[in-house]
Amino acid sequence: MTARPNRPIYLDNQATTACDPRVLAKMLPWFTEQYGNPHSAEHVMGQAAEAAVEAARAEIAALIGADIREIVFTSGATESNNIAIKGAARFAARAGDPRKRIITLATEHKCVLESVADLAEDGFEPVVLPVRPDGILDPEVLRAALATPTLLVSVMAVNNETGVIQDIAGLAALAHAAGALFHTDAAQATGKIPLDVAAMRLDLLSISGHKLYGPKGVGALYVRRRPRVRLAPLFSGGGQERGLRSGTLPAPLVIALGEACRLAGQDMAADAARIATLRDRLLSGLRAAIPGLIINGNWDHRIPGNLNLTFPAGTAAGLMRVMPELCVSTGSACSSAAVEPSYVLRALGLSDETAGRTLRVGIGRFTSAAEIDAACALFAAAYATLTEA
Amino acid sequence: MRMTYMDANASEAPRPQAAAAMLAALAQAGNPSSIHAAGRAARKVLEDAREVVAARFGGRPADLVFTSGGTEADALAVHALGQGRRVLIGATEHDAIRAAAPDAPPLPVDGNGVVDLDALAARLAEGPALVCLMLANNETGVLHPITAVAELCRAHGALLHVDAIQAAGRMAVDLAVLGATSLALSAHKLGGPMGAGALLLAPDVALRAQLPGGGQERGRRGGTPALPAIAGFAAAVQACAPRDLAPLRDRIAAAATACGAVEIGAAAPRLGNTLCLGLPGVRAETQVIALDMAGVQVSAGAACSSGKVGRSHVLAAMGLGALAGEAIRISLPWNVTEDDIAHTIAAYCAMAARLRRGAAA
Repeated sequence: MTARPNRPIYLDNQATTACDPRVLAKMLPWFTEQYGNPHSAEHVMGQAAEAAVEAARAEIAALIGADIREIVFTSGATESNNIAIKGAARFAARAGDPRKRIITLATEHKCVLESVADLAEDGFEPVVLPVRPDGILDPEVLRAALATPTLLVSVMAVNNETGVIQDIAGLAALAHAAGALFHTDAAQATGKIPLDVAAMRLDLLSISGHKLYGPKGVGALYVRRRPRVRLAPLFSGGGQERGLRSGTLPAPLVIALGEACRLAGQDMAADAARIATLRDRLLSGLRAAIPGLIINGNWDHRIPGNLNLTFPAGTAAGLMRVMPELCVSTGSACSSAAVEPSYVLRALGLSDETAGRTLRVGIGRFTSAAEIDAACALFAAAYATLTEA
Repeated sequence: MRMTYMDANASEAPRPQAAAAMLAALAQAGNPSSIHAAGRAARKVLEDAREVVAARFGGRPADLVFTSGGTEADALAVHALGQGRRVLIGATEHDAIRAAAPDAPPLPVDGNGVVDLDALAARLAEGPALVCLMLANNETGVLHPITAVAELCRAHGALLHVDAIQAAGRMAVDLAVLGATSLALSAHKLGGPMGAGALLLAPDVALRAQLPGGGQERGRRGGTPALPAIAGFAAAVQACAPRDLAPLRDRIAAAATACGAVEIGAAAPRLGNTLCLGLPGVRAETQVIALDMAGVQVSAGAACSSGKVGRSHVLAAMGLGALAGEAIRISLPWNVTEDDIAHTIAAYCAMAARLRRGAAA
């Protein structure tokens, strides 16, 4: 009999992460005591909030090697991706640029694919490239697609379902050689792998707060200044964020994102090493209990916190049903209410039936070794229950 | 030095219940779209919040779309409801609406900032329209007669979007009673956190997302919902108790006018917490800085534009001429005290005496 944990074991850190208590501590006074509107530049409370917001902006810039003026705050990565993709395309079109082609991958997050689909209605030409069975984009496939003049290439740095890392710097170089802009959705990558927008020569990069132990409801977009990337705003208003993103900046959330980025920069290597150890421990336990377990996605180019596992028998939904104390997922969270098989796994060549036997396990900063051991036992027991029946 | 916060219309003083609810939500790990236990717990927080906010403002939970704030709610309304229609906006609308409909010729207002209903009727007769009017103005607190506007809109088959961002939490606001098609709300203007807002729709109004993503909010707004901010939003909504701030506001007004100030919008119905004061001959920015140095925090016009001090478009539309650049906004927070009022009066009268002497010289 497995010892039952008294609270769920959270292994879904690609869906969202717990807010780090240090982030919380930094954020709270800005809601309860220093609650001025950061745009109220004329009085002390507004000025204090503004100064803290700018300090947070500097932390984000520092984490990715950007200039402070290159960081725009948003409500999250979905909004960042929408502004980057639609903003770049619409600005270019208004400026008379004849190019219509926008290139992205079949394994991108839904919000990227939907942004691109929206642009198709505006007369742009989306091209959705396939990936190799290990989830990596073949650079030759991109090179071929770039033979037609292209406005923008958008490739996510780390996949949300498989944890696979793309060669962003190499792909950006290909895009630039063809005169295209390069955007990366780094929601899963920021704070997990080193990113340097200057060295990698990126034009646009999207960040999410709640994927790196910050709160939900805040994100950022890096917009390169030299050479300048021009964007049309998604919506307008008070003209905040240099006119690119109107609306009162949520000072506490923004300050929390800054702190989350500072901590990520400080703890990245240690977190990654610890999480990799936990991942290996889980994997060896699972492999011992479940012969024939398959790991999806390239093994050498992946973040340590992710395992995308196909079980030899049973179903993912069945497994989740018999181990309710384990929080894992069948795919990305936004679509996990939908019963359709993951389009990301399909793009890797998995059949619907195989995808139906696949689970995503996300290990994070707050996962303990005891939880890994308990999860391993729960998996083994659940699998046995399901396959013996 | 004593500090008195009198800039609630820029951002309302937070309600303790909102902070507690935010903290509780931050302690939860789950993504509300995940189907496991943590996800379901997060989903419950989200849906409970949706029920609270929808019920308070006269709508159904299914018709409430959470956004990142008021600006996004306004932009979403104009984007989605304005398709195929002429957009008509009031001359004193917030920049969120003005920017969403930059080509819309504004509807005129009278000297108090109240929309001209005859002009509206004439424009409505020209064809299908979306009318955007705020319930309470952010700079003056003046109310538009929204129920009368809604009747006109209904008679002409027009849609009506109401920016209720300043009114919500400060007076009764009910989508159904107002007869509007949609209502924009902001959490931090009613004592909740910055980073959450909502668009509340009348039943069966379809909406196409401006920000598509993972299909959240029934496909009407993509992105992981800002759960802690939304939980704080709902708690603030529940904590909003009607407190009539008008008697306190009027004491400041009486003292200020005795010191040479002109009270703007006083002849029209307006929010009890808002006071717009012109001081002839003294630039608004000078007044705000002088008051800040005396520990009283107010603003000249809207906070979003307060970095770029110019003439208020609201006051200019009301025909105030030079006074449009000489007016400040004093907006009382929900937890204002007698001492705050006394401090504000003392600081204002000292400032007025000093600066008006300078202006006259």
